[in-house]
Amino acid sequence: MSTSMEAVASAARADAPPAIMLDKVNKWYGALHVLRDVTLNVALGERLVVCGPSGSGKSTLIRCINRLETHQEGTIKVDGIELSDDLRALDAIRREVGMVFQSFNLFPHLTILENCTLAPIWVRHMPKAEAEALAMEYLERVKIPEQAKKYPGQLSGGQQQRVAIARALCMKPKIMLFDEPTSALDPEMIKEVLETMVGLAETGMTMVCVTHEMGFARQVADRVVFMDRGEIVEQGPPNEVFENPRTDRLKLFLSQILRGH
Amino acid sequence: MSEAAIPTAARSAPITLVGPIAWVRTNLFSGWFSGLFSLVLLFLIVKWTLGFIEWGVINAVWSVPNNQTQACRDLKGTGACWAVITEKHRFILFGTYPYEEQWRAFLSILVFIGLFIVSAMRRFWRKELGLIWIGALTTIGVLMWGGVLGLNYVPQERWGGLVITLILATFGLAFAFPLSILVALGRRSKLPAIKALCVIYVELIRGVPLISLLFMASVMFPLFLPEGMNIDKLLRAQIAIILFAGAYLAEVVRGGLQSLPRGQYEAADALGLSYWKKTGFIILPQALRLVIPPLVNTFIGFFKDTSLVLIIGIFDLLTAGKTAIIEPAWQGFGIEVYLTVGFIYFCFCFAMSRYSQNLEAELNQHRVR
Ligand SMILES: Nc1ncnc2c1ncn2[C@@H]1O[C@H](COP(=O)(O)OP(=O)(O)OP(=O)(O)O)[C@@H](O)[C@H]1O
Ligand SMILES: [Mg+2]
Repeated sequence: MSTSMEAVASAARADAPPAIMLDKVNKWYGALHVLRDVTLNVALGERLVVCGPSGSGKSTLIRCINRLETHQEGTIKVDGIELSDDLRALDAIRREVGMVFQSFNLFPHLTILENCTLAPIWVRHMPKAEAEALAMEYLERVKIPEQAKKYPGQLSGGQQQRVAIARALCMKPKIMLFDEPTSALDPEMIKEVLETMVGLAETGMTMVCVTHEMGFARQVADRVVFMDRGEIVEQGPPNEVFENPRTDRLKLFLSQILRGH
Repeated sequence: MSEAAIPTAARSAPITLVGPIAWVRTNLFSGWFSGLFSLVLLFLIVKWTLGFIEWGVINAVWSVPNNQTQACRDLKGTGACWAVITEKHRFILFGTYPYEEQWRAFLSILVFIGLFIVSAMRRFWRKELGLIWIGALTTIGVLMWGGVLGLNYVPQERWGGLVITLILATFGLAFAFPLSILVALGRRSKLPAIKALCVIYVELIRGVPLISLLFMASVMFPLFLPEGMNIDKLLRAQIAIILFAGAYLAEVVRGGLQSLPRGQYEAADALGLSYWKKTGFIILPQALRLVIPPLVNTFIGFFKDTSLVLIIGIFDLLTAGKTAIIEPAWQGFGIEVYLTVGFIYFCFCFAMSRYSQNLEAELNQHRVR
């Protein structure tokens, strides 16, 4: 990948309208204040990596973006639509935002192909044949078309996570959210999932990714956001954030994950 | 010791380890105590079986000329008097349904059994199955009531026997099961009113015995109806059974819902599935599979509990059997009648039980690696 290409792409992204806008978002679980005045814009086509210590609110943050969790203060706009109790807005957003979970969450009673076609057929009202063709296309892209007739329980963890990515992509989302997609996997499977995600990043998909995979962050992220205790503490390009941490909290965190690796 | 291991060719296991002889040895005679125990049991089983054959087949009286039960009484209990069944089987199966019209009740039983068999086959698990049910139940209604298509009208008070048991059980479960699913879902609803309603329903109904519900249905319920309006007694009992079964089944279904990991709900939500699509495609198919054994257990329980309607004077299979031997000529032949009635119940319940085991194995294939 040439640097000039990169620069052009980044410039284009900077001009694009924000795909996700969070403005002074606050959330509590009971008395626990888990998101504190979080303000964050993600541009269309931007690849954002979120990192931070356990319990810092990373999952909560991205789960608020597709309203698996509700926030109590502030505004969240996705693709120009504000998240509220309005069910139609919610439907519209869920159709545009795909999500990949740490624990895959495939539907065990459905085959791989059925996992991928269910939502396109019943949410996007796509004809069955078309949905299946699309699903096969994405299963090929994540390199497991031959498993289409199997059940999730018959696949390895890495394969299941790739199916989960394909399943989300079959809805043709504009934005993809990843919540620690590789932390439930064995090391040799982490690689295959990360490769799939790098491939996806190259297509220009807007991605928000909670991960501690520094290599992945350096390779694809346009920006890294470091969270601690419900706040965004630092953000910037991966090299800057990882090489020149300004706060002690980030220094501590980086030293911990480097030791862990 | 450290020599390179030469791969040994696989041998078939010695005869002492496999085959029937080995099975008997390991399972029945693995020590002197278990051997003694096996021998005693074997002796008792053979003795009882022979005794039953002697009583039920060799010494049995199969028919007697017009209610002359002397031949039976002369046996003094050494043989079965199956003549009571030969004589009374129509009463046991059809109750007081008019004799010349009993073919209609018989046909209804066949329609019921056909309906069960069709519903049991996965090939028929499509939308059309609903139509088949509506068609079959309408046919049964027409056959039993008559009054149309040149069939004589038979009032409900004259129905009885096995047909009543099948009606109560089939309609009961056909309505109670969907009801229970709605209640189980309602108990997990985010809307407090719906949730409270479902909790109150389950707790109230579970808190009283079925018998008292049936009494209420037959005695108290009419008091609340406007003067002159009357709902048929069978229907009232049927409603009581549906409400009762619904509450129990709801708790079984709820158990299944609760055992699903939260991730399944979240994944369905994240894909944008609506509540009913999520429930219908993701949640219920998994939750119900998990609870097939307790579900069928409850089904079987209710099939037999329908016999409690005897206390409000409805002639189900068991009551018909009991009434058949009230006649002086046939008094004292309860064993034969109850064995027969019990056998009929057993056939239905055993079929349900076997079927559920197959279904469980078949539907849970995806969990086998
Ligand atoms: N449903 C919940 N109810 C109550 N508290 C919760 C709930 N979910 C999360 N929390 C708490 O909120 C805080 C933030 O949780 P969150 O899952 O967002 O952290 P995280 O940064 O994703 O951590 P991890 O790296 O362990 O996944 C934690 O203290 C957690 O205990
Ligand atoms: Mg998390």
